[in-house]
Amino acid sequence: MKLKSKKVQLQVRFQFNKKIMATKNWPLWEVFVRSKNGLEHRHFGSLHAADAEMALENARDVYTRRNEGVSIWVVESKNITASNPEHNGEMFEPAQDKVYRHPTFYELPDEVKYM
Amino acid sequence: MSEEQINLEAERSRSLEEQFEARIVRDEKIEAKDWMPEKYRKTHIRQMSQHAHSEIVGMLPEGNWITRAPSLRRKVALLAKVQDEAGHGLYLYSACETLGISRDELYEQLHSGKAKYSSIFNYPTVTWADMGAVGWLVDGAAIINQVPLCNTSYGPYARAMVRVCKEESFHQRQGYEIMIKLTNGTPEQKEMAQDALNRWWWPSLMMLGPTDAESIHTEQSMKWKLKRKSNDDLRQQFIDQTVPQAELIGLTIPDPDLKWNEERGSYDFGEIDWEEFWQVVKGHGPCNKERMKARVGAWERGEWVRDAAMAHAEKQQERKEKQAV
Ligand SMILES: [Fe+2]
Ligand SMILES: [Fe+2]
Repeated sequence: MKLKSKKVQLQVRFQFNKKIMATKNWPLWEVFVRSKNGLEHRHFGSLHAADAEMALENARDVYTRRNEGVSIWVVESKNITASNPEHNGEMFEPAQDKVYRHPTFYELPDEVKYM
Repeated sequence: MSEEQINLEAERSRSLEEQFEARIVRDEKIEAKDWMPEKYRKTHIRQMSQHAHSEIVGMLPEGNWITRAPSLRRKVALLAKVQDEAGHGLYLYSACETLGISRDELYEQLHSGKAKYSSIFNYPTVTWADMGAVGWLVDGAAIINQVPLCNTSYGPYARAMVRVCKEESFHQRQGYEIMIKLTNGTPEQKEMAQDALNRWWWPSLMMLGPTDAESIHTEQSMKWKLKRKSNDDLRQQFIDQTVPQAELIGLTIPDPDLKWNEERGSYDFGEIDWEEFWQVVKGHGPCNKERMKARVGAWERGEWVRDAAMAHAEKQQERKEKQAV
């Protein structure tokens, strides 16, 4: 009788824990991999992990099973600030009419080589 | 909103939609934060998550044989293949999450039976030869389905598919190699290979989806490049490439109506039992219940591990913060 009630108690506590804990999902991380030295880290994808260390380990298993990398960065997705594509106009169009930033804008006599 | 406002709003979204469709026609990729019609988002969540679920549930029939693989060579290969499938599921879930649905919701849809996965994984793997047949035929059919998706319009999906396709070809080869080995073995081994082909052939053809006449989503999906060839074309491609592979290793395709058609330059084939297909889709296949039980069970039994990892991470974080003070 006593045993049973203890079991019930445990179950209640377990379910209570379950309720508060189940809402805590592993956060999302973005994974960047350098394929080989000399190249930059490139975005490879994302994954869920409890902390940075686990994110690194999971990234190794998910994204570099075939020697795809020599270095991995992970960053929690919520820490990334991204530009909004709806503002692409004001963000990127100003660069479009600045042709003088390109070498072809400048006129050179034909005689000038190697410039 | 006044009527005028509503009209304005409708016009705005119509022109946005036209611009959107034009981008896809120009072969531009759509990225996660770009404006997209609600239907595009929903259709993609549905297709990508179905695809992800298939990779995850697809581990079960093969996982069944890992501990019983006949040699270490076969065991490491099968283990690596099943691990790849887990990876494919993860790439695809991540791609899906970019559209604003959480991993938990996706799992919930799978576990509650709301979401579907490929019906092929509801068939049992009863002998070792099934590992050969699954790799050769099921992964073979999957490749045919997936290669065109590397150019699909949604960027995260296309990128995931490029990774998946790179990894799939080893899966099919390791399966075919198992079949070769068995057909070169004892009469019993050869018979085992033939038996596996007999059982997996028709479900593999069904795996490429209902006939074009019955397929509901095709036209819209073609426009969005979610589909580039019709189910029937994909099926024909699969048959044409697989029949010679069977002949080469002395196996017989279990279809008395199979015949080379000189004029079409393709094989004619017998009628598919679509009644069986729909039964399996509706949940009445040989292993539907078993698969869901294994999947949901694994998820539930793993819950304390996930919670413990989170608690550990929080404790570490707190400790770090305290030290910093
Ligand atoms: Fe896969
Ligand atoms: Fe595969």
